[in-house]
Amino acid sequence: MQIEHSIGIRELSARERIFKVLDKGTFEEILPPSERVFSPHLKILGLPIAFDDGIVIGEGFIKGKKIFIAAQEPGFMGGAVGEVHGAKLTGILKRAAEKKPSAVVLIFDTGGVRLHEANAGLIAISEIQRAMFSARKAGVPLIVLSAGSNGIYGGIGIISRCCDYVIITEEGRLSVSGPEVIESQKGVEEFDARDRALVWRTMGGKHRFLINEAQCFVQDDVEKIRDAVSNYFDKPIPLDFKNLKEEHAELKERIDKYGDSRDAIEIWGKMGIDNPQDVPSLDFDAFVKVANKVLQHE
Amino acid sequence: MEYLSYEFGPWGVVSNFKKKKPILVGVVGSGNLEILIEKKDLAGKTKIELETSVRGYKETWTAVLTDFAESQQFPDTLITINDGGATPAVVQLRLSQGSQQWRDENAD
Repeated sequence: MQIEHSIGIRELSARERIFKVLDKGTFEEILPPSERVFSPHLKILGLPIAFDDGIVIGEGFIKGKKIFIAAQEPGFMGGAVGEVHGAKLTGILKRAAEKKPSAVVLIFDTGGVRLHEANAGLIAISEIQRAMFSARKAGVPLIVLSAGSNGIYGGIGIISRCCDYVIITEEGRLSVSGPEVIESQKGVEEFDARDRALVWRTMGGKHRFLINEAQCFVQDDVEKIRDAVSNYFDKPIPLDFKNLKEEHAELKERIDKYGDSRDAIEIWGKMGIDNPQDVPSLDFDAFVKVANKVLQHE
Repeated sequence: MEYLSYEFGPWGVVSNFKKKKPILVGVVGSGNLEILIEKKDLAGKTKIELETSVRGYKETWTAVLTDFAESQQFPDTLITINDGGATPAVVQLRLSQGSQQWRDENAD
């Protein structure tokens, strides 16, 4: 039996992902585990802590360019954002606004705010947002990568779409409320969280790319991810009124065109994709061909 | 939560006190654990500090950690463990992963 050759980052821990994505031997961690800056809340609740509070931040190089990087640990509390976790993200973004690296690469993999420290986590989200806009204002491009099994949800989903670029794999997901949350709030008729095909065609990489929630669709392959990320270095999208108005006009157009659709398949049909029901089963190359055809028409 | 602390040695091994970078293996997830290994002046001993989310397994921990410490004999080494309910087999695997990396670093 042949074991599938996998060289992607989907199954890796946060620290392994950083080592893979960066040029070899260039990572310098800020607040490493030995500093023991961890959550002050979890111990009180009788829960195990992680020395890095589930996020790794630091500086390094990709293809010789100096960048800042952060990666959420998918295995620790579902990558969720607590007070310290959030403060580390805020810190790296504030530092980026000052030091102006070629980019900040954010490898998100999270369900959103950590409910065990929800108030602190929500405040952290707003602090991250503020720091993020100051980094963008300073002309540092923020590049989000969604390639993990938790997807990107909750406050970090909102934050991701406020960044310059989102890169996504087919297995990546991006949304605000997760499938189970929608089902519990709106009922199973609205969204059946157990229907994995529905989840992926609504929140998965292919759909997010087709409707421009993600700007780049990439294979889960270390070299391809490095290429995709470095493509956006030193290319910030100006954070100004003109761009904002254009984006709002695009969003309005999208609602006008697709607002009454009941399923992503309907949207793909309206976009001009032949046999839209086949999109989920297309392999990478076939999908990119189909996507490029309709995206050029846009 | 249960907090456990152990000291083993001192071993008859002389520690070369060059500055060493701490290493971390594993992740605090369900059925998993993280192990941080650092150089520290402990009069030649190995010290292991452990926090586990599962209470009542002190005997198993003592057996696994004593076995590990005696086979490796790391002088002046602090090992701190955050456990998310790992089985003894996983603990042993992580410990050998950690000690392997720690030795590789020492070789430099």
